[in-house]
Amino acid sequence: MSIDRETAARVAKLARIAVPEDDLPKLAEELSGILDFMEQLNEVDVDGVEPMTSVTPMRLKRREDVVTDGDQQEKVLANAPDAREGFFAVPKVVE
Amino acid sequence: MGELSKLGISEARDALRKGDVTSVEITQDCLQAIEDAKVLNAFVHDTPEIAMAQAEAADTRLKAGDAPAMCGIPVGIKDLFCTKGVPSQAASAILDGFEPEYESTVTTQLWDRGAVMLGKLNMDEFAMGSSNETSTYGDVINPWRRGNEDTNLTPGGSSGGSASAVAADLCLAATGTDTGGSIRQPAAFVGITGLKPTYGRVSRWGIVAFASSLDQAGPMTKSVRDCAIMLEAMSGHDPKDSTSADLAVPDFEAALTGDIKGKKIGVPKEYRMDGMPQEIEDLWAEGIAMMKDAGAEIVDISLPHTKYALPAYYVVAPAEASSNLARYDGVRFGHRAKLAQGDGITEMYEKTRAEGFGAEVQRRVMIGTYVLSAGFYDAYYNRARKVRTLIKKDFEDVFAQGVDAILTPATPSAAFGLGEMADADPVQMYLNDVFTVTVNLAGLPGIAVPAGLDKQGLPLGLQLIGRPWEEADLLNTAYVLEQAAGFVEKPGKWW
Repeated sequence: MSIDRETAARVAKLARIAVPEDDLPKLAEELSGILDFMEQLNEVDVDGVEPMTSVTPMRLKRREDVVTDGDQQEKVLANAPDAREGFFAVPKVVE
Repeated sequence: MGELSKLGISEARDALRKGDVTSVEITQDCLQAIEDAKVLNAFVHDTPEIAMAQAEAADTRLKAGDAPAMCGIPVGIKDLFCTKGVPSQAASAILDGFEPEYESTVTTQLWDRGAVMLGKLNMDEFAMGSSNETSTYGDVINPWRRGNEDTNLTPGGSSGGSASAVAADLCLAATGTDTGGSIRQPAAFVGITGLKPTYGRVSRWGIVAFASSLDQAGPMTKSVRDCAIMLEAMSGHDPKDSTSADLAVPDFEAALTGDIKGKKIGVPKEYRMDGMPQEIEDLWAEGIAMMKDAGAEIVDISLPHTKYALPAYYVVAPAEASSNLARYDGVRFGHRAKLAQGDGITEMYEKTRAEGFGAEVQRRVMIGTYVLSAGFYDAYYNRARKVRTLIKKDFEDVFAQGVDAILTPATPSAAFGLGEMADADPVQMYLNDVFTVTVNLAGLPGIAVPAGLDKQGLPLGLQLIGRPWEEADLLNTAYVLEQAAGFVEKPGKWW
């Protein structure tokens, strides 16, 4: 499976990583190389095999549906690059 | 003075309990050793005030006779662990300035038991790498050198700072994390012991997530006994991690009887790789002979899907990473890019992530995004998860045949020079994990034990893989290997 420049640009967009135009050919080449390596998986007969969901079979524990945490606004905002009036601040979202 | 940082955990514990030394004295020696070894770039955030306060508190506990095994023991903490009020960046620029408001479960347990934090240790960015060359703090240098050369070598990765710091005696032990080999490969590259526990043995809460179904934290120490002591302190059920197992933690140190008579040790034929250096092959043969001399029965086994472990890993791990790393968006913590006039929220995400993530992290996030995207999910991600099921079944089959542990090389080579892999394609670097990655995919415990030196004078390690939850038995087998190999070499101090 070879990745072209357009696919590389689309993946970068989906991943929300800005990649300069000039870097796209090299990125496409690197991603193609890694995907080529993964192609080996097609040699394996996986008919009737369940995809792994949990490496150690265990049931999720249940707990009471009660509030155990909260009221930590200051701590939650302490590391924000831009916090104002108790909120995270971001650039305008709606035009 | 000046010698106490060379102690291991068990020696220090015994000396502390007898009153021969104080934690303050050991801690001061470690802080001085760290100061003198800045060139190794292992410690990246020092915490001397915390260390001295904890050491004094530990000495009080020791005097009162209330001293758990880790009490007063100075350790280093991989930067991947969140430590309250202390920078915790996962060696990434995107977490620049991040100081958590909370403490990871593993470090909480260590401090509750009296351990002393010397500082945070360098690593590959988000634990993605095998040479510690992807860190925002710069490369870590291995204290070992080839003969009389002065080429700087990699300590391995991703727990490269932990490996370098323990091998250079800057601390008594360190925490590491292992997603595809990140404890065992660096431990082997610097001649120390490193254990990845069974998935679920140690809580992942408060550890920056890379690939949640593979990540496990574990100890990196100067001996198997130290590994047993520290693992016990790190282990146990944590309600805050739904994948942590609600199982009793055994007394791992008590399991070190040195008796493995009648144990079945499996030797997998698929680990005999084409082009494997003769020295690795020889070391493996020596290890097999040591197990046999100790009374174990050696059985040839087959793990037929071994070859597919690396490609499966490089689908599953990046897929999980692309989800986990979606949280680094410049909104809640860490770095936010400077925006141009008219930039909206999408530009903020894209610029922040382009500036904050290094090249390898970007590559893996994009690979993960691709294999999870519509149209490719089945072909890559689901297929890889099916292959993972088969890899786990390979191990279940040999354990069902009565095999107690599996002996393999830890790495396909000794430590290489920093920069030597710079021109190689990313897949070449991934091959470092060829012997370790199967263990993560199958959720098993694995331990790297130093077993010899190569002809350049660099350490080489062997790996033992155990049955799930049977770390105690695995540690005992590793203890026998350690005693038989008698590896006592240390790097000559040049720094």
